Amino acid sequence: MASSSQDSNRRDFLVNGVRVAGALTFGSLAGFLAGRKGHAAENVWQLDPDKCIGCSNCATYCVLDESAVKCVQCFDMCGYCDICTGYFDVNYNALTTAAENQLCPTGAVIRKFVEEKAGQRFYEYTIDLETCIGCGKCVKGCALMNGSLYLQVMHDRCVNCNECAIAKACPSQAYVRLPADRPYLLKQLAFTLLEAKARDPAHGEARALMNKVSRR
Amino acid sequence: MSRRCGLAALGLFLVLSAGSVLGELIPTPDFSQHPIPTSSVPSAAETAREYVDVVSLALALGLATYWALVTRSRRSLFLLSISALVWFGFVRKGCVCPIGATQNIALAIFQPAYVVPLSMVILFVLPLLVTLFFGRTFCAAVCPLGAVQELVAVRSVRVPGWLHHALSLIPFVYLGAAVLFAATGTAFLICRYDPFVAFFRLNGNANLVIFGVCLLVIGVFVGRPYCRYLCPYGALLGILSRYSRWHVRIPPDKCINCRLCEDVCPYGAIDRPTVDPTPADVARGRQRLAAVLLTAPLIVVAFALLGTRLGGPLSLLDPEVQLAEQVRREELGLTATTTDASDAFRAARRPASELYAAAGARRDRFGHLGIALGVWVGLVLAVKLVSLSVHGSRSEYEPNRTGCVSCGRCFWYCPVEQVRLGLIQDPAERMEST
Repeated sequence: MASSSQDSNRRDFLVNGVRVAGALTFGSLAGFLAGRKGHAAENVWQLDPDKCIGCSNCATYCVLDESAVKCVQCFDMCGYCDICTGYFDVNYNALTTAAENQLCPTGAVIRKFVEEKAGQRFYEYTIDLETCIGCGKCVKGCALMNGSLYLQVMHDRCVNCNECAIAKACPSQAYVRLPADRPYLLKQLAFTLLEAKARDPAHGEARALMNKVSRR
Repeated sequence: MSRRCGLAALGLFLVLSAGSVLGELIPTPDFSQHPIPTSSVPSAAETAREYVDVVSLALALGLATYWALVTRSRRSLFLLSISALVWFGFVRKGCVCPIGATQNIALAIFQPAYVVPLSMVILFVLPLLVTLFFGRTFCAAVCPLGAVQELVAVRSVRVPGWLHHALSLIPFVYLGAAVLFAATGTAFLICRYDPFVAFFRLNGNANLVIFGVCLLVIGVFVGRPYCRYLCPYGALLGILSRYSRWHVRIPPDKCINCRLCEDVCPYGAIDRPTVDPTPADVARGRQRLAAVLLTAPLIVVAFALLGTRLGGPLSLLDPEVQLAEQVRREELGLTATTTDASDAFRAARRPASELYAAAGARRDRFGHLGIALGVWVGLVLAVKLVSLSVHGSRSEYEPNRTGCVSCGRCFWYCPVEQVRLGLIQDPAERMEST
């Protein structure tokens, strides 16, 4: 009887020891990882527009019903062309905003007349983020010219999955993790232009964008 | 057709006549009235959502533990598991979960550049700590993957011991592979091959939907097949639960060894009382343990050697290695079709030699990882053999702390529990009263 109670004492001691060791391990692991968070921001997904080939996987692979990827326009790179290869389908009938002339399947690219200079008409193209589905058709079209339209993961929509389904399906491995306090990547050229613009004190909005952008 | 030519010609003209600021691009016009706008992008989503997850997890864990250990109410646990299925599964779409968080933790430990959110650390550690003190109450009623299988476990058969022990090695192998792949930043295997997340999202890979349906059909007969024979987090919880301070008991009081509970457990997680071994049994047991302990290092070495051959197959999951292989086949003329990935690679005008070098480095890395995985599998097998050669002694029917998920199905079937609830009279008292 004495030996069996000794056995159970020893067993209790071992089990308690393992439990305390386990609790300490997890506690210190949590502390270690939480402490590291103090030095850097958490990570979120973003796509590198310089690597993007406009394959349209972004529109279909996202786990959200409506993709978190949308198109943005870098106005400083845009040529304001009348015949915009990102706006008009190659088989357009006329240079009008009629649906059959448009490349965008949802009509999310808005064309607005700006000015006529030296016989040339200039139009501004903006993206309606509500209707954009991130298919990248305009991106592919615009890439024939200036490439001012490009795709980005919009962080008000992205749920930051562990295994981003689009990242997995991306043929050019364009998806990277960025720090959450600077969650956007611009095209290299767009970044250079923005940097120059942000130096001008008149452009507060450019500086605001600079604060959200990661440097390469 | 002519219009297309016109468009191309215009493009060519514009490209040729482009200004100097943007290199070969069409210059942005200098408008007199209209300033060139700067597009804005939305800020990162609120982190409040993450803390809602943490709070709801803590709340559910607290309730599950209270209902399993204190009030012993199977009905409450069942209702909680349905709520967990609805909330963590269908509302929060099964993401982020403690099971998957294992990989974020692994990635954060091995790659300092990746910073894991504090909420994710809590999500990972909280169920482990609760299990260390109260057993697997997380599995009982908090995990949505467990809940969906709990619902279908209605016609359970007992899995033979040899099969059960063999299959229960899989979660550890899966855990090792998931940690290795996450740590290298190659893939999050647990998320990629999650069989039930497609149900939660009502959308997903067809093969995984089929896999999920198969698991549910198997789950009718073999209770919780994913939890028992696949879940890597369940493997961790099983180890910790073994050392739990408090754990669900089948009878609320002294066990009367009626063995009614044994048949009702769909997970084969109830251990019978042991019979006292004869001296011959003890001697044989010692011999067996000695033999297992001697062969254990050999098993580890053997699997490490097998692991040296794993590097090649493992590296095939890496997208860079896949791309290099495709490009090599195209260059050698072994395949006529190009993939989106190889088209993208050529469009980027990156030299193939650079890609081969990068892929080679990845392959070497996977070579080391293969050995690590081999050692891990060998260790798991050795520990399993040792644990099978060591016997504890029990005087009553007890839940197997590793396998028991605290679902509470056995409570109702225990006569002692019926007495506690006042539904039947204690036989001893009845004898006295007559």
